[in-house]
Amino acid sequence: MINLKINGIAVSVPEGSTILQAAKLANIRIPTLCYLKDVQCVGSCRMCLVEATGARGLVAACVYPVSEGMEVRTNTPRVRKSRKTTLELILSTHKKKCLSCVRSMNCELQKLALEYNAEEDKFGTDHDIKPIDDLSASVVRDNSKCIMCTRCVAACEHQTIGAIGPKNRGYAKTIGSPYDVSLAFTPCVNCGQCVVACPVGALYEKSAVADVWGAIVDPTKHVVFFTAPSVRATLGEAFGLPVGTNVEGKMVSAIKQLGDVKCFNMDTTADLTIMEEANELLDRLKNGGKTPMFTSCCPGWIKFAEHYYPELLPNLSTCKSPQEMFSALLKTYYCEKNGIKPEDLYVVSVIPCTAKKFEVTREELGNYTDAALTTRELAKMIKEAGIDFVNISDDVYDSPFGEASGAGAIFGATGGVMEAALRTAAYTLGGSGAPIEFTEVRGTQGVKEATYTVGGATVSVAVASGLGNARRVIEAIKSGEKNYTFVEIMACPGGCINGGGQPYVHDEVRNNIDLKTVRAQALYDYDAQDSMRCSHENPAVTMLYSEFLGEPNSHKAHKLLHTTYSKRDKY
Amino acid sequence: MSNIEFEGTKQQMSELKKCIKAHKGEKGALMPVLHEAQNIYGYLPSEVQTVIADELNIPLAEVYGVATFYSQFSLQPKGKHKISICLGTACYVKGSDKVLEAVEHELRIRCGECTPDKKFSIESCRCVGACGLAPVMIIDGEVYGKLSPADVKGILDKYMQD
Repeated sequence: MINLKINGIAVSVPEGSTILQAAKLANIRIPTLCYLKDVQCVGSCRMCLVEATGARGLVAACVYPVSEGMEVRTNTPRVRKSRKTTLELILSTHKKKCLSCVRSMNCELQKLALEYNAEEDKFGTDHDIKPIDDLSASVVRDNSKCIMCTRCVAACEHQTIGAIGPKNRGYAKTIGSPYDVSLAFTPCVNCGQCVVACPVGALYEKSAVADVWGAIVDPTKHVVFFTAPSVRATLGEAFGLPVGTNVEGKMVSAIKQLGDVKCFNMDTTADLTIMEEANELLDRLKNGGKTPMFTSCCPGWIKFAEHYYPELLPNLSTCKSPQEMFSALLKTYYCEKNGIKPEDLYVVSVIPCTAKKFEVTREELGNYTDAALTTRELAKMIKEAGIDFVNISDDVYDSPFGEASGAGAIFGATGGVMEAALRTAAYTLGGSGAPIEFTEVRGTQGVKEATYTVGGATVSVAVASGLGNARRVIEAIKSGEKNYTFVEIMACPGGCINGGGQPYVHDEVRNNIDLKTVRAQALYDYDAQDSMRCSHENPAVTMLYSEFLGEPNSHKAHKLLHTTYSKRDKY
Repeated sequence: MSNIEFEGTKQQMSELKKCIKAHKGEKGALMPVLHEAQNIYGYLPSEVQTVIADELNIPLAEVYGVATFYSQFSLQPKGKHKISICLGTACYVKGSDKVLEAVEHELRIRCGECTPDKKFSIESCRCVGACGLAPVMIIDGEVYGKLSPADVKGILDKYMQD
């Protein structure tokens, strides 16, 4: 252990710790900008500068290692002046249109500027207005607001995509995709991890809010919302509720107060996905189809496979994602049943994901979804409607797609799709009394493996979240080192609960609590308390098969609920 | 991106791939590969950068980022006649920026670019050690000194002929 003093407070930390880590133990806050735990640690923004004995100048606390007897000062006039100047220099090239900025009141730069009394025009305002890249269906980049912290670049590298990077040098430096080609024409998978990594308003989702408001006030439109499993576990954060609060009742209530709309539960089609996917897997095993079979719920993973592993496309389940299954059923079954013309039905999905915005534009899926709103956009609409979210009373989803199983809810966390599938597979092969909980596939580690005996058959499974981890699993399969029956992949680390469309969380919070674990716990608690825990028990699913689809993998189910994939070029 | 069409030969490509193979797996392989690629092609066309990215198994954004960071790398081809205009202190105070502007107007390209017929390319440099002749322009190694913008057309006309 290394002993040091920070502002006179004695701390002992393991060798190799940084000053920032030691300060945390002493409950001393050091501001950061470019540092983001598990994503980037480069010491380039100079916000975390402190005085340390033995060092020549001020040192960056996020990278500077502690040493025995070191004395650190974090709030001397010299330190405060340095931080203030750093902020003023950043502000001199920042487009300070704060009032209308997507990050206003939630911007890390704004917060620090206030804390350090930085003057926004101390060094003039000499920023060039740089072009906004809004050609991508998912992510918008406004480089006039970029502060070059490169957290987005690091997040993209973590995903092993590297669609963006620093370009040019000095005043000409910008962040973006090579050759000023829009992000839309790169191997970007639209996961949005860059968006949630951005401390300012330089990256945000392509908004569908105006379109949805337009549909709500259009008297010819029947508007239906459905919400993805993880949104209930995160939406509260946008209203100041603690991370990991399940706000399902308030969320449904708030959506219904937006206007004359119906609100359904996407967990229903998560359950339906399980019925289709489990049957597809059994069929592949019985008839010698391609295995391992990979899940296909995550649109980030799908695009990744199309760019980087086209040879694996026959291994991907042909099931559409729950979003696309839901929209297809709404525009067919629901319209028929209620005598609504499909063109008069306006389908809005609420998703934790920016890649789903791209998914709705895929023609092969039938363009059944009219708008996909991220958790953040829904929060914005709720605020705009003047709804007192925190104090609103609970409401329940509309019939017939309101009830769903706990298995559908855990789709929002890494391992959740696998566990849901295992529950139904165990029941199908082993009958009642089959196990419900498969805890080996839970947890936020990047790769999980397990082998189960289900109804006499041995099933070997792997679960990966984060595309770097996905790549490792795939390479191990390709080299023959590993052999699995079924593999679940989610593009975002930790799964949808940590998706690119989830509420912005400041670095200070992200650096100190594990968002993935706390948010996922809300879903597992929800599942544990649910009286219906298996997809095959969902009465809405049973009704869909008996009234409309016939049976799993029927011709009609194939037509509406399944799809195909195609290879994509990287450049 | 360069407005000049890429005209790489099979031989150049095999040289490039040989060089990449020699460096693959090394830490920091990108720098020597980019140097070699520029030697082979005279510049770093986008077609070459994508080959480097694919073969070294790194993102194109990284290749492009490094190629645009160092001024020694050029994303534009060099013309048959290479024009270099000194923007060092002495030349600059004697009006070399106006000379550069005249060259740009005459050739209808900006500094750093190459004419579509690949005849001329323009670049700027910092002090060639001939401050007594300021402002200075060098074409294919030939030094022209004490220039005014009005001299530019006559000088370039000589090179237009071949």
